[in-house]
Amino acid sequence: MSATVSGETAETTHAITVTLNRQERSAEVEPRLLLVHFLRGTLGLTGTHVGCDTTSCGACTVLLDGKPIKSCTFLAVQADGREVTTVEGLVRDGGLHPIQEGFKEEHGLQCGFCTPGMMLTATALLAENPNPSEEEIRWALSGNVCRCTGYQNIVKAVQWAAAKMAEEGR
Amino acid sequence: MGVPGVEAAERAEPGGNGYVGRSLKRKEDPRLITGRAAYVDDMTLPRMLYAAIVRSPEAHARIVSIDTTAAREQPGVEAVFTGEDLTDLAAPCPMVWSPPGVEVHVPDHWPLARDKVGYVGQPVAVVLGHDKYGVVDAAEQVIVEYDPLPVVVDPESALEEGAPIIHDEFGTNKVFEWSLSGGDVEGAFRDADVVIERRVVNHRTAGAAIEPRGVLAEWRHGKLTLWTSTQIPHICRVILSIQLGLDEHNIRVVAPDVGGGFGSKLQVYGEEVLACWCARKLGRPVKWTATRSEEMATTHHGRDQIDYVRIGAKRDGTVTGIHAKIIQDCGAYHLIEGPVIPTFSACVMGGCYKFDAIQTDIVGVFTNKFTTDAIRGAGRPEATHMIELTMDELAAELDMDPLELRRKNFIDEFPSERPHGFIYDSGDYHGTLDRCLEMLDLEAFRREQAELRERGIYRGVGFSTYVEICGLGPSRALGPEGWGMQGGYFESAHVRVHPTGSITVYTGTSPHGQGHETGFAQIVADRLGVTPDAVDLIYGDTHTGPFGKNTYGSRSLAVGGEAIARAAEKVQDKAKRIVAHQLEAAPEDIELVGGRFQVRGSPDKAMTLAQVAGEAYIPADLPEGMEAGLDETCFYDPSNFVWPFGAHACISEVDVETGRVDVVRYIAVDDCGPAINPLLIDGQIHGGIVHALGQALYEQVVYDADGQLVTGTLVDYALPSAADVPNFDTDRTETPTPTNTLGVKGVGEAATIACSPAVVGSVLDALRPLGVTELNMPLTPMRVWQAIQEAEGRGGGPAETEQGRELGEQGGGAAGSGPTAPPEGGAS
Repeated sequence: MSATVSGETAETTHAITVTLNRQERSAEVEPRLLLVHFLRGTLGLTGTHVGCDTTSCGACTVLLDGKPIKSCTFLAVQADGREVTTVEGLVRDGGLHPIQEGFKEEHGLQCGFCTPGMMLTATALLAENPNPSEEEIRWALSGNVCRCTGYQNIVKAVQWAAAKMAEEGR
Repeated sequence: MGVPGVEAAERAEPGGNGYVGRSLKRKEDPRLITGRAAYVDDMTLPRMLYAAIVRSPEAHARIVSIDTTAAREQPGVEAVFTGEDLTDLAAPCPMVWSPPGVEVHVPDHWPLARDKVGYVGQPVAVVLGHDKYGVVDAAEQVIVEYDPLPVVVDPESALEEGAPIIHDEFGTNKVFEWSLSGGDVEGAFRDADVVIERRVVNHRTAGAAIEPRGVLAEWRHGKLTLWTSTQIPHICRVILSIQLGLDEHNIRVVAPDVGGGFGSKLQVYGEEVLACWCARKLGRPVKWTATRSEEMATTHHGRDQIDYVRIGAKRDGTVTGIHAKIIQDCGAYHLIEGPVIPTFSACVMGGCYKFDAIQTDIVGVFTNKFTTDAIRGAGRPEATHMIELTMDELAAELDMDPLELRRKNFIDEFPSERPHGFIYDSGDYHGTLDRCLEMLDLEAFRREQAELRERGIYRGVGFSTYVEICGLGPSRALGPEGWGMQGGYFESAHVRVHPTGSITVYTGTSPHGQGHETGFAQIVADRLGVTPDAVDLIYGDTHTGPFGKNTYGSRSLAVGGEAIARAAEKVQDKAKRIVAHQLEAAPEDIELVGGRFQVRGSPDKAMTLAQVAGEAYIPADLPEGMEAGLDETCFYDPSNFVWPFGAHACISEVDVETGRVDVVRYIAVDDCGPAINPLLIDGQIHGGIVHALGQALYEQVVYDADGQLVTGTLVDYALPSAADVPNFDTDRTETPTPTNTLGVKGVGEAATIACSPAVVGSVLDALRPLGVTELNMPLTPMRVWQAIQEAEGRGGGPAETEQGRELGEQGGGAAGSGPTAPPEGGAS
């Protein structure tokens, strides 16, 4: 931890280390820096989007220790020592994650802006409940807003991924 | 076709590989699902400055003083500008609607306010600095002294004598007044046995694209580049040229990946001009991204009409005339085209029905709110809503089945010239309704409805049989001599075959989620005998391809896709002439089969497109007089609009104890002509339904009496979530338009235009036994519950309190009326 004083305001930065998409990343950050700006600005990972600033739309959803959180109202310092997964971390061994394939197969996206957050929430759902009902999917995704698709194909995309993951024994 | 204004296009068989009509997966998706898209806010440039905007907290006030001293002294701040600094702008925001002979009041609208503010959120200063957070801190140090003026937010009050005048120079809050009419309207109502009259409030909504607006401007060596989250890069360049006083060749506008538009990015906003001005002034790149609160306050709103509608009919149900008076709340200032929006209501004021007389009178009004302009459907949802609900009331009055009333009056011969001068191109209104009813099984529903009512469960069904006008449009109808839009409405396309046979297509349209890269590739692939993978689409950059008119009004396929088809046909024609020359055959004997240009009757004599391209770019042996290259352009200006139509049915259940409405089932049968890619059509229909369902049940932009925006975040403005809506049953019929060679109409707005009266109609059908016959949107639990109480004559409840009355006026506010919130709704 380091502290600098400029003018009347005391600015303190904190050293944090986050396991981001299976890689350790360290940085000195302002305590007020939001996790989403740490990801997008400090680390340059722009796949996580900002849609609303009030934890309403879910475009900024990332996984924190496997659970979906909205990174627009979460401080980067709170993620210190923890594991964060973003959309960039869904691809493994150069191949698409089944949830990514599902969104493409079922036309689960149009403009794509809400899509990373949607996919991460869906991934967390499937980790907890590998065979969710339509209603369970709709409730799980109810904190992620999409203005384009009307949700029907997003639900189908999650069902597609569930089937694929069951088949692969994930 | 024998009707003036409709020129049937000659339809050519594509003759290629049959990609058109198939549900191909999208080419756009790989970058979007891996986090590798590039939206404006994802971009940074060296030496870039961030901008934060100081906005008015007052709805109507004189600016007494602005003190920027403290802000300038904040660490990392490079500059602070106010309206006084921007006096070198060449022009205020141009409003492009100027109908011949009609006076339209257009107040000067500058990117930063000068002297006075007219709405909450109006920009008064901009702070530029190195740090994204630092500029926001500094913006709070800008001290603005306001002298508040009386505020008017209700458009009808704004028209009254003695109302506060928002723009002194006009001496009135009236923006304009104009009418579209045809037929003997007076006679139609004189001869009617029954006249149904309604006042329908079509409330203010937000486009609410999930990507907030953003801009990044760079000034380099006398040239300006603007990356902006827009639907209209080409139009933006023209308007920047006018406002900045720069020649167009020195301006490049790029729409990169755009996170949804829904009309809200069919605009050129002050921040776009401001960022460019600042970048030029400081010689450094400038980025600004709206917060959601800025987005809610200062991204144009939609709807906001008060509609007085009357329908006249004979006792047997034959309709005679329709008359609507539309009061449009324009807000305090215009952006590029807001006042034209109710004219689109007027175009379809007759709906699907054989009205011999149609009249729409429109009055635009200034209020101390933000600008209204085009939001998905733009005028047509409002018309459909008032027509369909009034038809239901007419049926009730005549004791007729509402569907029988509709069928009795359906237009059934096409093309059909309507009394107000429009020509419906093609249609089969009975066909879509037949299919909708087949899927619904109305008799079974009516039995179920009766049984459930016995048990105190109220379900109802509502219908919407709609026609819409889209595919904007014939320039001669829309342009300066027609409705007075100061622009052309053609679309451009450029099809370039490369030397080894792959293809780049440039389109003047500018997609933001629709899937043009896929659908347009299918059109070209079929015409040139390649796979869609070999076709790449370039769009959204004014430095590539010809000038275009961009994406809105469901025009991309019917105008832009047609332009691409025609450019591809030109390439095909040239290819056939090259093949004929090479294979010593006549060009008319060359056919495109399975990806090969072959001589009719001698399939072994054939060339691929790659071989043809080789000949075209190594022009050693081309036909006499032929230029090298395989590269063609088309500017297509349609001869008519296109008129998609369909039938939607909604079944909803109302909890009469709480007023909560749940949509149980929704059926949509739409006809947008032959499908290019059915997958994309379904996506547009699903999204379109939910957009309108949001307006019908949850969404509302609310200002209080002081002009303060109550719904400034997505906490207060309730967008439907996945848990709020069911799956939709969709189907299509395909009635081609004779207007273009593809036969296609548009689909981007269709479901949004159709849906809201079906939802409201279903609730009215459910509650009719309780005596509820009229409801305005949004159907929040509070509003529905109050309507039930009033109908039952019991009164009581929150309506008796001051707060209750206020909430009732606002439809219970927009907040939390989805299932995740308490059923009381509760704007707070």
